[in-house]
Amino acid sequence: MNQETLPSHLDQSPEVRARFERIRNREVILEVRGLGKRYRTPQGDTEALKGIDFSVRRREFVCVIGPSGCGKSTLIRILAGLDQHTDGEALLDGKPIKGPGQDRGMVFQGYSLFPWLTVKKNVMFGPQMNGRGRDEAEHDAMMWLDLVGLEKFADAYPHQLSGGMRQRVAIARALVNQPRILLMDEPFGALDAQTRARMQTHLIDIWKNIDITVLFITHDLDEAIYLADRILVLKAHPGEVQEVIEVPVPRPRTPGQFNSPEFRATKARLEELIHPAAEHAPEDEEDDKVKPHLIRLTDINDNVE
Amino acid sequence: MNTIANWFANSMSVDARSRTLLAIGSFLIPLLVWSLVSYVPFVWHPKVYVTDPGDVDYLQAGMLVDKPMFAEEVANMEQSQLAPPVGHPSNPIYLPAPDEVAKAFYNGFANPPTNTDVPSMPASLWHSIQIIFWGFLISSLIGVPLGILSGTYNLVGRLNEPFIEFFRYLPAPAFGALAVAILGIYDGPKIAIIVIGTLFQQVLIIANTTRKLEATIIEAARTLGTRNLKLLTKVVVPGILPDLYRDQRILLGWAWTYLIVAELIGTSSGITWFITQQARYQHFDNVYAAIMTIGIIGFGTDLVLAWLGRRLFPWDRTQDRS
Ligand SMILES: Nc1ncnc2c1ncn2[C@@H]1O[C@H](COP(=O)(O)OP(=O)(O)OP(=O)(O)O)[C@@H](O)[C@H]1O
Ligand SMILES: [Mg+2]
Repeated sequence: MNQETLPSHLDQSPEVRARFERIRNREVILEVRGLGKRYRTPQGDTEALKGIDFSVRRREFVCVIGPSGCGKSTLIRILAGLDQHTDGEALLDGKPIKGPGQDRGMVFQGYSLFPWLTVKKNVMFGPQMNGRGRDEAEHDAMMWLDLVGLEKFADAYPHQLSGGMRQRVAIARALVNQPRILLMDEPFGALDAQTRARMQTHLIDIWKNIDITVLFITHDLDEAIYLADRILVLKAHPGEVQEVIEVPVPRPRTPGQFNSPEFRATKARLEELIHPAAEHAPEDEEDDKVKPHLIRLTDINDNVE
Repeated sequence: MNTIANWFANSMSVDARSRTLLAIGSFLIPLLVWSLVSYVPFVWHPKVYVTDPGDVDYLQAGMLVDKPMFAEEVANMEQSQLAPPVGHPSNPIYLPAPDEVAKAFYNGFANPPTNTDVPSMPASLWHSIQIIFWGFLISSLIGVPLGILSGTYNLVGRLNEPFIEFFRYLPAPAFGALAVAILGIYDGPKIAIIVIGTLFQQVLIIANTTRKLEATIIEAARTLGTRNLKLLTKVVVPGILPDLYRDQRILLGWAWTYLIVAELIGTSSGITWFITQQARYQHFDNVYAAIMTIGIIGFGTDLVLAWLGRRLFPWDRTQDRS
């Protein structure tokens, strides 16, 4: 790659700048102030998150990226109400987050579908838990299954679906509750490259068509740039916000943009932030503690290289 | 794609067929060994079945005597020019041949004794099945909810599991005398022994099964708005149901192993009484028939339950393997 010819990731075309201007005029959905999380373990305290500040506006698509162990999952779990924070505050529509609620939908990396329920009943689960009638829940479920293209599989069980299809169901199941924000923790992390690309495009299509705000965790730089309006870059030990990047790649996004100068500039910046010189990378430090001791277990003449 | 799918389907069906063949074989091999020992005289047959005592005064037709002793008597009689005894090689009384057991099995069910002070096999079995049923039902009514609660709520688990962990090492039969003192001599103490033998294992096993439920499933349910009791009834219970069902199948097998001990407590009853009575009169064919019936009932129940499990839990592919 030719570094010098790249523009700065800060350069925005007039359209992109105008778009960010429009986003800034929308109301804030999620506001995080001085958020901290400390785990107490027998080996001592871990400061998983420290002084996290950011806000997400309505219908914004924000990606969170950072090295392994920087607290991405911790952050999203606190926002989902599955974990308690130890410091600061997290507000959804101005109200503090206390426990899980149907105003936030969550999609997990692992397949979290209920294996004993058919696809349709999985999607109906949320509405029924929130006191809606069976017919109404079924009607909504079918509508959302149609939207993710799985109405034909309504009566299948999750184990009969492919990984990509299961995540579509998980997305439908989260969205049927009509949450204000969709929280996604590496939802496509377990999918193969092709399925993953299809799911990214599909997710953007859904996001374009409904009133939903997305907070999306990934460790794939391309995925973050392709999807996001803004990228929140975290660093580890303690987990802090390192930088917030406004992605200068114009919308609508297409896979063809992967080679555009804006895309490459943004990626170069992310790489600089996430993979700095080796001695500063905390993950490498941690990995250094684990030294494999390899012994030869095959015939000495039986070489593969 | 298609050919791969076909190939896969074929290899699966061949597998299923050879599995059935192997299963049949696993029963045929012991039967074959038993038949060899029973019908081929030179394999074992350490005794002689006397058909005609000849001039030996202490022998009678129908007696079983040791081979060397019989040979000695034959020699003695021949020496003294008297009629030698006649007989054919035979196995000891405690090893009846397959056909004798089969006949006893058939007669046990087809022509049960009309005489009421001799236990009949069907009546004895029916009594035993009732003991198992009540014992397992009472144990499950306590053990299943307690196990699920212990597995779901740490507090409940911590509160009862250490004690249960201790109690399960106390051998259930040791409570026999106590059970009789408290519950009388009839069915009460027998049911109690089955309960004691099953319940404590049941709580621990089901608590463990419950703990193995994926945390993400519960978390997903919580993010969808499930709370409190609904989390238990709509997520935990259906989530563990196939495994719970499998646990119950295994535990039911254990309940059967406690049956014999339980039935010896107080007044003996059921199939155990039948077996001890028949053994006392040396009707070993009936004894074997009764023991096999227990096996057939236990194994048959499990097969039916396994089949039912596949019907009940179509989403659980591990049911197919057990
Ligand atoms: N339950 C816990 N108890 C103690 N420490 C924890 C716990 N959960 C997470 N941590 C620690 O908090 C830090 C952040 O973890 P987290 O799972 O949020 O990272 P992550 O960014 O999601 O990592 P990954 O990219 O591997 O998913 C890690 O150092 C981890 O060891
Ligand atoms: Mg994570």
